Amino acid sequence: METTTKNLSRRNFIKLSGLTGTALTLGFSFSASAKEQTIWNAATTESSGVELNAWISIDTAGKVTLLNHRSEMGQGSYQSVPQMIAEELEVALDKVNIIFAPGNGRKYGSQITGGSSTIRGSYKKLLRLGATAREMLIEVAAKKWSVNKSECYAENGEVIHRASGKKMHYGELVADAAKLDAPKEVVLKNPKDYKLICKPLPRQDTPIKVNGKAVFGLDFKLPGMLYAVVERSPRFQGKVVKFDDAETRKVPGVKHVLKVTRDEFGNMREGVAVVADNTWAAMQGRKLLKIEWDDAAFAHHSTEELYTKMREQVKGDVISYRTMGNTVTAFAKAEKKVEATYETPYESHSCMEPLNCVASVTDDKIEIWGPIQGPDWIQQNICGHFKLPPEKVIVNMTFLGGGFGRKAFTDYPYEAVLISKEIKAPVQVIWTREDDMTIGPFRPGMVYQCKGSVTERGRIGSYEAKLAGQNMDMQNPGADKTNYNRSATEGFLDGYFETIPHYNFGDSPLESPVPVMWWRSVYSSTNAFAFESFLDELAAKAEKDPMDFRRQHLSERYHLLMDKLEQVSGWKSRTKNTGFGVAITECFSSIVGEVVKVSKNADGKIKIDKVWAVIDCGWYVNPDIIKAQVEGSIVMALGAATKHETTFKDGKAVERNFDAYKMPRIQDIPEIEVHIMDNDEKAGGVGEPGLPPFTPALTNAIFDLTGVRIRKLPFSLDKIV
Amino acid sequence: MATITLKLNNKSHTVEADPKMPLLWAIRDLVGLTGTKYGCGIAQCGACTVHLEGVPVRSCSIPVATAANKNITTIEGLSPDNSTAVQRAWILEQVPQCGYCQSGQIMAASALLKRNANPTDKDIDAAMQGHICRCGTYPRIRKAIKTAAQLMTQK
Repeated sequence: METTTKNLSRRNFIKLSGLTGTALTLGFSFSASAKEQTIWNAATTESSGVELNAWISIDTAGKVTLLNHRSEMGQGSYQSVPQMIAEELEVALDKVNIIFAPGNGRKYGSQITGGSSTIRGSYKKLLRLGATAREMLIEVAAKKWSVNKSECYAENGEVIHRASGKKMHYGELVADAAKLDAPKEVVLKNPKDYKLICKPLPRQDTPIKVNGKAVFGLDFKLPGMLYAVVERSPRFQGKVVKFDDAETRKVPGVKHVLKVTRDEFGNMREGVAVVADNTWAAMQGRKLLKIEWDDAAFAHHSTEELYTKMREQVKGDVISYRTMGNTVTAFAKAEKKVEATYETPYESHSCMEPLNCVASVTDDKIEIWGPIQGPDWIQQNICGHFKLPPEKVIVNMTFLGGGFGRKAFTDYPYEAVLISKEIKAPVQVIWTREDDMTIGPFRPGMVYQCKGSVTERGRIGSYEAKLAGQNMDMQNPGADKTNYNRSATEGFLDGYFETIPHYNFGDSPLESPVPVMWWRSVYSSTNAFAFESFLDELAAKAEKDPMDFRRQHLSERYHLLMDKLEQVSGWKSRTKNTGFGVAITECFSSIVGEVVKVSKNADGKIKIDKVWAVIDCGWYVNPDIIKAQVEGSIVMALGAATKHETTFKDGKAVERNFDAYKMPRIQDIPEIEVHIMDNDEKAGGVGEPGLPPFTPALTNAIFDLTGVRIRKLPFSLDKIV
Repeated sequence: MATITLKLNNKSHTVEADPKMPLLWAIRDLVGLTGTKYGCGIAQCGACTVHLEGVPVRSCSIPVATAANKNITTIEGLSPDNSTAVQRAWILEQVPQCGYCQSGQIMAASALLKRNANPTDKDIDAAMQGHICRCGTYPRIRKAIKTAAQLMTQK
């Protein structure tokens, strides 16, 4: 084992901010060459620590520890949060410790790592925290030297007196600095003076992700920990009538078999857990369980039934969310009009790290370690279920092997806690790939009906989009199902609402027992396909260039992005034998435009030659991470567009593993070129906004090349004639 | 149950295991080396890739008894200090995002470069197509393999 648990001594670590008296935190402490990784236990040491502020602590040797309050699932918070703080604190990033904060919403604000919100939601606060700590350290040094504070500055973990060149490192100043009142006003650095922000710095977690030392949830072990797998109802809402575990208990290593429940949007789902001293024994024992399920209480839907319903629903009335003018009369009167229906599939998140969670329940507290997207949320959920105050429920984040929305859900930690409590031992609950892929929640399947018209001058006269699909916010018992879906316009550029005279966006929620949840870029991931495809159809009806057609409705910020996109993709000089498609979407306060170029290979099959992306995310931290996120978003979109879907038959998910749920692989990936706009706008999201425009840009390119409109996903590139 | 000796990263470990237990779980749960990942259990994703006598194999689909007394290299055994060309290239090109699949990707790339010091795009496709990355780091994996090939010539 590379990981060890050890007590932090107060001598070495003056203050571990953000941890309550009984906190056990999971941290990753490694030297510059990343040879060592330590999981440390602050439980007995944190009580009278000196505090600089909630994110920053410094030991007497000058070692700086910064907290990351958000989860690291690949999107880069482990780098970007410290990169922001270190900028204002004036410390070198490769010399700081970075640790994950435990769940504590009162201390850190929302920790739910979703909506691409880590930077855009906290950058102003984090910059101020860094600057405040820096000013306090400078003040102490100035006092010690009896000089004016303005004669001193901070650099590389030291305070320096400009005239004399005298220096003191932060470790010599921190104890006194922590006794000061934090200054109310601090001056933030001018962006032109940034040393770290806006720089493509290498990620601090890369070294431990290339040698197996990064600890993901599945890698976390406690002394005496047992391993559990759970047979959950293969149909979504089945109840355990009875089970026979006689054969299971004969498997060497199996220790316990017990009925368990799982909290799915407030509905308690049932299963039978097999607990053993290793994962394999638990899996073998599970295969021998004989369970009788009662699943008579709900419809055993199939994909066909679900989509038949949705196709009917979009023809009827919807609950309008955002509307202007009168789309019905405008459409009726128009001469040039288009009507089209688009369909997108249910999808599994299929994080490479299947769901798992470690729980240890003792008489006085509950502790959890795992790949968790919302530690504060899980803390609240567990406190509620087990009637404990927050200080008795400690939720620790490991690295996440992907998240994409699934790991923000509270069901799997609850299940682990329940099992640990019952068996009175620490336990790791492991979801097999089949569990992960079939139990859900899933991205909801959607059907869109769009009606629109163009004016004589070639502008959009009216635009109506009706959505049918499950509303992710309406799954709790007692949800108000008469309310509209606030996400019905997600993925549509805000700018259009200012220039389209008649529009109407609304939804008709589908009733279904299938559990659904956020999937990277959420509603934009499907809405954008319908909305941006339909814009392309309107542009064709207006006989306008798709880029020019969009431009005439949009303001300067969009124009700058489109100019860049045209320039880098060679849009205007495109030739006959290639297809070019564009789509531009807005998601979590960032605008992304993508151009896809396709052509036919020697067999006459469509191939994607290249993708250009331009992202306008306003103020940003790390351009290399932004590029990586856009690249990854495009790959994920490519999979959902052309490779995989989750289908249902007789109330069960059909695709159970990667043999049936086909992922994009290295040979499927085109060249991707990403550009970032530089401007003075507020920070927008990065982890998700690159996903929505890819699919419509691809299908619009295929139309440009072949005249074939693709209105249903997924489709096979090999099957387009 | 059987007593089995595993030669992992040049070190012998004796484990008590069901001979049919996949090598993956023996490495992770019985020996305690967790760099080798579980991803699918059916040899479809490549996350569990280790070298068995120098050849990349899916440890989720090999019974532990089959691997007894053979030389096994896991990601932890590649180098003590990230010094192999592939690891250096992975850092230079900033390949990992979540990082979960990267142990398997790196083991596959290392094996590729051992038998083919200058792989073409087609060679890379052939060697790496068994490896899924949900984060979509594929463009950087391709680039890093080429960078690693260059680093190897500089030695």
